[in-house]
Amino acid sequence: MSVDTATVKKVASLARIAIDDAAAERLVPELNNILGWIEQLGEVDTQGVEPMTAVIPNTLRLRDDVVTDGGIRDAVLANAPAAEHGFFTVPKVIE
Amino acid sequence: MPALTDLGIREIRDGVRAGTFSAREVAEAFNAAVAAAKPLNAFLVETPDHALAAADAADAARAAGETLKPLAGVPIGMKDLFCTKGVTSTAASHILEGFTPPYESTVSQKLWDAGAGMLGKLNMDQFAMGSSNETSAFGNVISPWRRSDGGNAALAPGGSSGGSSAAVAARIAPGATGTDTGGSIRQPAAFTGIAGIKPTYGRCSRWGVIAFASSLDQAGPMARDVRDCAIMLEAMAGFDAKDATSLDLPVPQWESMLDAGLKGKRVGVPKEYRVDGMPAEIEALWQQGIAWMKDAGAEVIEVSLPHTKYALPAYYIIAPAEASSNLARYDGVRYGLRDLPDGANLQQMYAATRAEGFGEEVKRRILIGTYVLSAGFYDAYYTQAQKVRTLIARDFEAAWEKCDVLLTPTAPSAAFALGEKQADPLAMYLNDVFTVPASLAGLPAMSVPGGLSAEGLPLGLQIIGKPLDEQGVLDAALAIEERAGFAARPQAWW
Repeated sequence: MSVDTATVKKVASLARIAIDDAAAERLVPELNNILGWIEQLGEVDTQGVEPMTAVIPNTLRLRDDVVTDGGIRDAVLANAPAAEHGFFTVPKVIE
Repeated sequence: MPALTDLGIREIRDGVRAGTFSAREVAEAFNAAVAAAKPLNAFLVETPDHALAAADAADAARAAGETLKPLAGVPIGMKDLFCTKGVTSTAASHILEGFTPPYESTVSQKLWDAGAGMLGKLNMDQFAMGSSNETSAFGNVISPWRRSDGGNAALAPGGSSGGSSAAVAARIAPGATGTDTGGSIRQPAAFTGIAGIKPTYGRCSRWGVIAFASSLDQAGPMARDVRDCAIMLEAMAGFDAKDATSLDLPVPQWESMLDAGLKGKRVGVPKEYRVDGMPAEIEALWQQGIAWMKDAGAEVIEVSLPHTKYALPAYYIIAPAEASSNLARYDGVRYGLRDLPDGANLQQMYAATRAEGFGEEVKRRILIGTYVLSAGFYDAYYTQAQKVRTLIARDFEAAWEKCDVLLTPTAPSAAFALGEKQADPLAMYLNDVFTVPASLAGLPAMSVPGGLSAEGLPLGLQIIGKPLDEQGVLDAALAIEERAGFAARPQAWW
């Protein structure tokens, strides 16, 4: 499978990364080089092999359903690029 | 007496306990060494007051006759991937520039609880993606080592924990934290002539460690020798309810159990690690390592890990896939950089912010990850890679029926010059060929210095162990260390 500029732009848009035409052009051979290399995995017979879900056997723990923090609005907002009235602010989403 | 900065973790700990010197003297010596080593670009932030405060606490405890904590009086460097309360933590990325966590990572908190102080935050490859430190947004770390050819080529300290490896090798920190996703503790340790261990996945909490690939990321210590690594790992490891992948097991007393006698142990040598184009000096070092293992009383046997050649391509599907998901959180809303072009809507703000904030390698991996996870390709790439990962883990399980630990080289070469491999991402990825398989299988693995290359640069040997057998790894590494007698160190030019 090889990618072209249109595919690179589509993937970049899915990844929410703005790229211009020049960057897309540059990425095409780079990504094809890497994708061509990882395609050798296709030659491994994995019939009947379960995909790994946990690298070290471990039990899935559930935490008690209790509040462990809260009332830390200032700490939550402390690193916000923009905050107003105790909220994160972003560009208008709904006209 | 040697300079205080020539002392390792154990010597500092024991010296402070015995009153040979004060913790404050140690902290002051290292703070001064850090301040004088700026040309290495190893530290992104210096925190001399943190180191001094921990030192004063240690000295006060001693004066009061209290039992000193395990790392009392020991100042360390902290990889910038660990969130540290009130101290900027950026993962060496522009997108997190100025981010000041209001919380402390579990591993760093454990180290402070053990009495350690922080010299500063260490430079690294951006989001731990890289093998040479050339992806940091704040300039690459320069290895303290120089080739013996008389040239002054700036060399890579390895990556991603290159600030950590450079700081320890240059004697500006007695120990440092690292994180290892595909070899990011072991390869830089090998490049700079120090020791470093990645414990079993789940030994160290990942809470508060900026995520790269969650099923692989694991913290570990980097220090001058095996014993210092054991001491530091004891302080870092342990169950953490805040990390769902943390293992609920007691932390063994690795240091007191250290035993370099390998009588009755079986050391496996995987034949598939003899890769095409491997330099003769790497092969020679490996043979020397085999001889050392035998000298220590071990039986050395050849084993087969048939899926080894597929580990690296599987890794470069799985790690970018997880990275593309983990790094989705950097969108300019809650923290970090925001780039808001005039008239931009929310989607455009996300895209502009991420384009501006992420470095080229990070973007490349996010794009690969997004591609392999996208509809139509998920099974062909991601599911297939996870199946191959199962086969790689099974290879190791089969090997453990024949041997107790595995011995391999750590990296396929000595340190390369900065800029040498930057133009070809794939050539850079191949550097991790020996470290990635153990990462995919979640196994403990360690690099220990074995000797010098013809150019006078350090070469490392890697020990890979069974799940949870850090002791076996440390013991075998100690057996190598005792026989290698590696005493070379970089000459200060900075």
